[in-house]
Amino acid sequence: MKTESHHLTFLHRSPAGLKLALATVIILGTTLLPQQLTRLFFLPAGLVLCLWVTARVPFRHGLRRLLVAEFFIIGIGAFALISPGKGPLFLSAFCKSNICVALMIVLTWCTPFTEILGAFRQLRFPGVMLTTLALMYRYLPVLTEESRRMDRARRSRTFSTGRVLIWHNLTTIIAQLFMRSVDRAERIYLAMCARGWK
Amino acid sequence: MHLPDAFLDGKTTVLTAGAAAAGVGIALREVRASLQPRQIPLLGLAGAFVFAAQMINFPIPGGSSGHLIGGVLTAILLGPAAAVLVISCVLIVQCLMFADGGLLALGANIFNMGIVSVCSGYTVYRLCKNLTPANPKRSMVFAAAFAGWVGTVLASVTCAGQLAASNTAPWNVTFPAMANIHMLIGIGEGFATGLILLAIARSRPELLDETVAAPAHQSGRSVVGLGLLVCLGLALFVAPFACPWPDGLEKVAQKIGFADHAPSHLSGSVPAPMADYRMPWVGSTTVATALAGACGTLLAFAAAWMFARAVVPSSPRVQKG
Repeated sequence: MKTESHHLTFLHRSPAGLKLALATVIILGTTLLPQQLTRLFFLPAGLVLCLWVTARVPFRHGLRRLLVAEFFIIGIGAFALISPGKGPLFLSAFCKSNICVALMIVLTWCTPFTEILGAFRQLRFPGVMLTTLALMYRYLPVLTEESRRMDRARRSRTFSTGRVLIWHNLTTIIAQLFMRSVDRAERIYLAMCARGWK
Repeated sequence: MHLPDAFLDGKTTVLTAGAAAAGVGIALREVRASLQPRQIPLLGLAGAFVFAAQMINFPIPGGSSGHLIGGVLTAILLGPAAAVLVISCVLIVQCLMFADGGLLALGANIFNMGIVSVCSGYTVYRLCKNLTPANPKRSMVFAAAFAGWVGTVLASVTCAGQLAASNTAPWNVTFPAMANIHMLIGIGEGFATGLILLAIARSRPELLDETVAAPAHQSGRSVVGLGLLVCLGLALFVAPFACPWPDGLEKVAQKIGFADHAPSHLSGSVPAPMADYRMPWVGSTTVATALAGACGTLLAFAAAWMFARAVVPSSPRVQKG
């Protein structure tokens, strides 16, 4: 996530706990709107748009995230759409859901996960969970890169396009990834102990 | 299966959040009691592992691709309590780092994918693990494949129940659609889970030893607690709809007269062999639905068994005989 100084806006500098609470309140308000489209929908939509512009969320980044969520929104919304008499409900749920996702995109754009972890710490989240979340955040890029590297190596050595073989190879990669994670966890534990972790 | 915000109503959101909090609480208690300090970093790494594994795309028939969900796999590798915690953390990171899945729907997502899927899958795995003592590897692959399928389908059924309880869409639409789609997704999940376990068992069998990755002893209380929670969730979100009387919307539809025009079933892009999960020659809806569900489960059971036979050859002793 980009956090260079020239990208930092007023929203980036606000405390994470406050932003999280505000997002919860706005999402709660949006979901409580009537189950048919009214002018009231402009209120959260306008607010989220203002926040989007204030946080300077890049259009392509936001759109990509929105499209990923759209798959689920339309998939679930389709249930309402094909049920008799639920057309208005589909439209309102579709708009509400999109507003909420857009708000979450703004929140994730202007709040680094480490700050959210800090807010969780202030909220007295259990220690085991905080450690798990922190380690997960730290090793996410490492393991993702490792799995990409292994997949690239597999592709450069697999000349067959047989589906069975590819499934076999891919599951072996995932198994390897797990074994490496277990070994890495052992080393991390020793490193954590060396730095006084209790 | 990540539910976005605004599809669940207030009572369902509160109920699912409460159930998720209770489940994570029980898992935390168990993890603190049974995991040694040196195993704590493994939880974080396992979370990152699930994330990275989800990024690997498997080719599936039809030209598209799918990815592993990983809940049942984590449960088999680390034990149910640790898996509940790991998958919950994965869902929290997905929500707060990638805006994937709703903030208020986080409870429902944790409950479906982190608790129902993990606990049901793990239970099925433990029950089926020792089916053929002569060939433990084959029975492990079979149990993992079947558990992966059951976990995926059950999570989708509770998700359908939550959507129906929220009045977003009627049960007779959400249940067949969600169950049908996830019965297919579950096949891929089952095969992948079985093959991954087999690969681990072949190169590092000691990792599947319960004393290394999974806690040596699961306290009975936490198993009972998590099991009760899953039953409670099924009773709250699924049982009310699985009764023979028409639901509210169907009653209204019959009164107004548009029931005949309503689509009788939805099966996504795949035609259902048994429409509405009913068999034509069985009268009672409840019995018919139960029979159709049992048929699907038996088919998955048989498929998992054949898959295990295909990937794990018979042991030498059996070949000689």
